[in-house]
Amino acid sequence: MLIQLSLIILLAPMLGFLVLIFAGKKLPRNGDWFATGLITLSFALSLYLLITKLTLHHGEAITGTMTWVVLGNAAEAGSLTVPFGIMIDNLAAVMLVVVTLISMLVHFFSVGYMHGDVRYSRYYAYLGLFSFSMLGIVLTDNLLMMYIFWELVGISSYLLIGHWYEKKSASNAANKAFIVNRIGDAGMFIGIMILFASFSTFAFGAIFDTVAAGNLPFNSTAWLTAAGVLIFCGAVGKSAQFPLHVWLPDAMEGPTPISALIHAATMVAAGVYLVARVFPILTADALLIIAYIGAITALIAATIAITQFDIKKVLAYSTISQLGYMIMGLGVGAYTAGFMHLVTHASFKAGLFLGAGSVIYAMHNALHKKNDHHTDAQDIRNMGGLKSRMPVTYWTFLIFTLAISGIPLTSGFLSKDEILAGTLAFGTLSGHWLLPIIGFAVAGLTAFYMFRLLILTFHGKHAGTTSLDDVVESPKVMTIPLMVLGALSLFVFYSFNPFGASSGWFFAAIERPASVVPALMQPATSAVFHDAVSSMHTLAMVLSILIAAAGVLFALAVYQWNKVSADRMASSLGFMYRGSLNKWYFDEMYGSVFVNGTIGITKILRWFDENIVDGAVNGAATVTSRISVVSRWFDNTVVDGLVNLSARLTEMTGTLLGKIQTGKVQTYFIYIVFSFIVLFFLFI
Amino acid sequence: MESTFLQWLAEPGLTHYLMVSAILFSLGLLAVISRKNVIMVLMGVELILNSANLNFIAFSRFTELALDGQMIALFVIIIAAAEAAVALAIVLNIYNRFKTINLNEISLMKG
Repeated sequence: MLIQLSLIILLAPMLGFLVLIFAGKKLPRNGDWFATGLITLSFALSLYLLITKLTLHHGEAITGTMTWVVLGNAAEAGSLTVPFGIMIDNLAAVMLVVVTLISMLVHFFSVGYMHGDVRYSRYYAYLGLFSFSMLGIVLTDNLLMMYIFWELVGISSYLLIGHWYEKKSASNAANKAFIVNRIGDAGMFIGIMILFASFSTFAFGAIFDTVAAGNLPFNSTAWLTAAGVLIFCGAVGKSAQFPLHVWLPDAMEGPTPISALIHAATMVAAGVYLVARVFPILTADALLIIAYIGAITALIAATIAITQFDIKKVLAYSTISQLGYMIMGLGVGAYTAGFMHLVTHASFKAGLFLGAGSVIYAMHNALHKKNDHHTDAQDIRNMGGLKSRMPVTYWTFLIFTLAISGIPLTSGFLSKDEILAGTLAFGTLSGHWLLPIIGFAVAGLTAFYMFRLLILTFHGKHAGTTSLDDVVESPKVMTIPLMVLGALSLFVFYSFNPFGASSGWFFAAIERPASVVPALMQPATSAVFHDAVSSMHTLAMVLSILIAAAGVLFALAVYQWNKVSADRMASSLGFMYRGSLNKWYFDEMYGSVFVNGTIGITKILRWFDENIVDGAVNGAATVTSRISVVSRWFDNTVVDGLVNLSARLTEMTGTLLGKIQTGKVQTYFIYIVFSFIVLFFLFI
Repeated sequence: MESTFLQWLAEPGLTHYLMVSAILFSLGLLAVISRKNVIMVLMGVELILNSANLNFIAFSRFTELALDGQMIALFVIIIAAAEAAVALAIVLNIYNRFKTINLNEISLMKG
């Protein structure tokens, strides 16, 4: 019953895609109501499924599989089957609700934001495809199906980021997102193949069982670690972790609701979800690598976000930073906290993006009234003072900012606090104290740059060319999703205790799965880890509140009260400031190493082609033409000469003999007589 | 020597006829070869035929052949008459076509 339900949830957006892509323009209103209706249906069913799952089938996972492809049936190989399976555990059920909820709100928001777009129905079609792919990742029970849906997410993100492909920057960003993701996906594919080559199965359950029974890929824990890290590579690409994080800021070229969808619920969440899915087979080494990658990502992205001026770029880097948190949380073993951060982050980051969309929409219209098409509608230096004109957007934006900064009473506080407690616990258990230090530093930076964004956008005096009177609040279809998300960013939806998530339903529903790797390579068990977290929890909470408050106060001091000059700070930290402003030169570095490297190689190859390959071809042509000259000479002189000679001989003979033919009867008669006489004397 | 020649002349035999025939043949041949008029050439042919007739009859007269030679001579005369008729018809056609019967001018087959 729940399986059928989940199939409807999965296929409804696909139906929307198929109908809209083929018949979208013929439907009234270009079919937006159809797509929105289907995703709303998906959401309602997901919510029902989650409640049913948590109340009636709490512990067990509901699975349903059918054989999809049978690979060979040789007895010694065993029959290798590729199943098409669905697995609904609590993780998937929660994720379903998150994905469909955010996707539904984005659908509604887009009705206002994308109004009048040239490819309106196509936009909704791709939204459907995107949701379908992500739901597929959530529901599948094996790695191969996950990989297929994974790539579908890649292609639909490509289509949506490049929605305004007439803009060169948008099509470049789409290419970049797709290509950078391919790098991670290649690693993920190798990882999947290592597991498949050893265990002959793709199914999560079967792989976990086999590893738990003591079978390792190629009988080595190193290979298991490698498989885990390689699969994590896929997550590095999709979840924009260092060093593949560069595509995500560029993806801001897509429509803003798409940014909300990518950043909150679909694409980047896929990576975190993948790590959560394969968590049981990750060895302690793999988890340590994952934790450090997450920490580095969080730190780098947070330091870049501080100096950006594009409202969406700041949010993009904050997403990368928060994803780093999630990955770090999973890496240190704070499984539930990491995943919970994904869920809470989904609502407030979707809210931040939709809020930014609302601001950009208003700024764009205001600029349009002034006939100003040069000023950047996304630059926060042109904003300020929007608070009075856009109250709904401002107040919801404030809630989201508080949530992402980790201020108590918000959902973000709960999950971030648990992750930080987890890193502290990991520090005590393993001695890696760098992780909690980075974690807390990033928490302070986050609070600082988010409040900087808030203050520059909504507080103070209006800057820039637009007059404040032209800025008006966005329509209801855009503000209602903001209010819904604002409500969802409060703590009550996750735990009734505003200072501890561990007593809430979420921690009861999502439990860290037991590790199946051999005991020597196991991370600290749940129980040990949980004790360490409990002892560290108060410390983590106090520290995180203090640091967040410090960040907020500093932002207020600099941008609201002007006690500290931002310019003076920038000049005194010149090197750091320029590095941050230029995103630590990652794009330039990749550009000069990989892009120029590739171009250099292609230049060498072109030289090789032009000189060696073309040379060989041209040489062959020259030789052939020389040979043909000789053979032409032979033909013309020798062969034709013989033919002509015989002709000439014949002609000469003819002419000679023709002389005898005088045409006169009497001459012939003389010949006859003469011949007769000759014959007469010869024979008689 | 003188006397034997005169004696030989006085007693006509086969040889005399053959010599007359040979002279006749030569004259005919000369006419056929050298005359430009087609009619003259035909007359030369007649001379040749008649020299042959003379031979037939002479051999028939001086050998044991009875009248075989005379018979064949009669045949030749008849055939010569037929030949003359056909040849004259051809000459007539030639004249119609070329407006001449001069053999030197009738040389269409010249190589």
